[in-house]
Amino acid sequence: MTRIDETFDRLKAEGRSGLVTFITAGDPDYETSLSLLKGLPGAGADIVELGMPFSDPMADGPAIQASSLRALKAGQTMRKTLAMVREFRAENQTTPVVLMGYYNPIYVYGVDSFVADASEAGADGLIIVDMPPEEDEELRPAAAEKGLNFIRLATPTTDGKRLPAVLANTSGFVYYVSIAGITGTAAPDISSVGAHVARIKAHTDLPIAVGFGVKTPEQVRDLAALAEGVVVGSALVSSIASTLDENGQATAETEPKLLRLVEYLTEPLHQRAEASAV
Amino acid sequence: MSTMTDALNTYRGGPDEHGHFGLFGGRFVAETLMPLILDLEQAYTDAKADPAFQAELDALNAHYSGRPSPLYFAERLTDHFGGAKIYFKRDELNHTGSHKINNCLGQIQLAKRMGKTRIIAETGAGQHGVAVATVAARFGLPCEIYMGATDIERQKPNVFRMRLLGAKVNPVTSGSGTLKDAMNDALRDWVANVHDTFYIIGTVAGPHPYPAMVRDFQSVIGTETRAQMMEREGRLPDTLVACIGGGSNAMGLFHPFLDDRSVAIYGVEAGGHGIDVPNGHAASMTGGEPGVLHGNRTYLLQDDDGQILEGHSISAGLDYPGVGPEHSWLKDTGRVTYVAVTDKEALEAFQLCTKLEGIIPALEPSHALAHVQKLAPELPKDNLLVMNMCGRGDKDIFAVAEHLSMEM
Repeated sequence: MTRIDETFDRLKAEGRSGLVTFITAGDPDYETSLSLLKGLPGAGADIVELGMPFSDPMADGPAIQASSLRALKAGQTMRKTLAMVREFRAENQTTPVVLMGYYNPIYVYGVDSFVADASEAGADGLIIVDMPPEEDEELRPAAAEKGLNFIRLATPTTDGKRLPAVLANTSGFVYYVSIAGITGTAAPDISSVGAHVARIKAHTDLPIAVGFGVKTPEQVRDLAALAEGVVVGSALVSSIASTLDENGQATAETEPKLLRLVEYLTEPLHQRAEASAV
Repeated sequence: MSTMTDALNTYRGGPDEHGHFGLFGGRFVAETLMPLILDLEQAYTDAKADPAFQAELDALNAHYSGRPSPLYFAERLTDHFGGAKIYFKRDELNHTGSHKINNCLGQIQLAKRMGKTRIIAETGAGQHGVAVATVAARFGLPCEIYMGATDIERQKPNVFRMRLLGAKVNPVTSGSGTLKDAMNDALRDWVANVHDTFYIIGTVAGPHPYPAMVRDFQSVIGTETRAQMMEREGRLPDTLVACIGGGSNAMGLFHPFLDDRSVAIYGVEAGGHGIDVPNGHAASMTGGEPGVLHGNRTYLLQDDDGQILEGHSISAGLDYPGVGPEHSWLKDTGRVTYVAVTDKEALEAFQLCTKLEGIIPALEPSHALAHVQKLAPELPKDNLLVMNMCGRGDKDIFAVAEHLSMEM
């Protein structure tokens, strides 16, 4: 049982879906980012995804690209990202942390050192965007050995032929990418997501979290009716960007605005739980 | 790796079924793209087995592009250097002025076979962008080219040519606004338009099957060179030299000769301000480390944290922080020797070639020539050396004028 498994069990008991939030580690600077991370569970995040910044985030839209570059400009490194997880975990022993990013910074850090250090810091899972099942043998077993869930992505282009391969060895949850596209751009088409999620559920008992393009409480409500988790990322990093001063530094508004947005996006999840409890 | 290398009886057998050249290559792409590149691989495998596909490509190469390109004896440069007998493979005489058309004609044929209706591509110097815009016009498909804003500024004539040919040129401002960022944005476009779009990658990089496929389309360079040299001199060349950005012209020349152990092969990277200048060059193999970018594992310019560096070269076509994975493998196996020459050396070679041979080379092959200048005097006069003159220099005259402080 990992923290991720426990979280989805708890959500099931509460009769609701969970909110998965994404921010980039070190955006706009280490201290602010750590403070945001610590504040997210209190604002309603059930699972936190922490982006490991990369100079060339090919699957991400402009908002997350910009957040990655802000973090790197402020001096973020893989070592600091893992330190951030460690500091978060010292205060919070229940909220799962999923590290999300691209393979190269992990490869350069060294796969064995990375999975050991990430696990020791208190991370619970990995999502590596540019590691499809065909290439993940050099990381997935090492991660599993350290108790890290390896969360694979399924997309609208993952056809019936590929789906079993994608789901095999996936653990924690399945991340369903709601659009064929990059993060934070087009809005998901709810009926199409419903059909795809149903198709995935026919092949697995794992919880499913749906992300890409989720910006409003209405979308959260609609997707929560289909899946166990809803992922919000670009909307959050855009909120961070909107509060920075002309030098790209955090302001007094950065943290409260982000946390208010998370509370706002979480509302429909709790209303649903109350409704189902009645 | 080393045991495998020792046992190698061919250097032409790669990649394996997963697209790996030893440690390098592969398919490091987002899941959204995986089904597409598997489809592409299947379509390419089918096309290769279809004689009609090759026949059509041969006809286009002959009548549209103007192949075979001549193998020219550079007599005055040979005399000037006083050593090896220097030949140029004249791929700058192809339609559109570089070797890039060889690959584009192959890929657009494949796009048609696959029923794709929209073409996208990345470009650095604009040579690939022009070649893509050209074949898109010829085959009547709409086309969008991603080009770094910095490169648009330094390669205006090519931008204008692409627009004349009907392509939409999308400036890329993310990152450093050069080739790697253009490739990122082209990949983003592809992910969002998978249903109808064919991505014509311009070099022997990217996810499998691109490195092998682009190599195959470019191998016409080496195949012709073999036949032409046999006809001219009655034997194979002794030395091959080509410049390397992503490495497609070099792979095209080298590949048919890889198993001829008597042939010494040199790949010339862009040394920019010098290999010792941090982030001042674009020599991924001479001055980089293995990593994963743009769908493949290969040598990359990167920092200690695995962040990709921008690199620098006077030549926009060589200004890429990676290199094709097969080159990385050929470096590690020792079959090909990779070296770097500086901006300054390339500029000198550019002027020398123009003055002595009446050929204005692109800045990219000027790098190859700068290395020929170092090699040739040390080699005997009967050493047959072939340098790939992979592009013409018309596009570079503005940049050269600026660097030489000349009035145009």
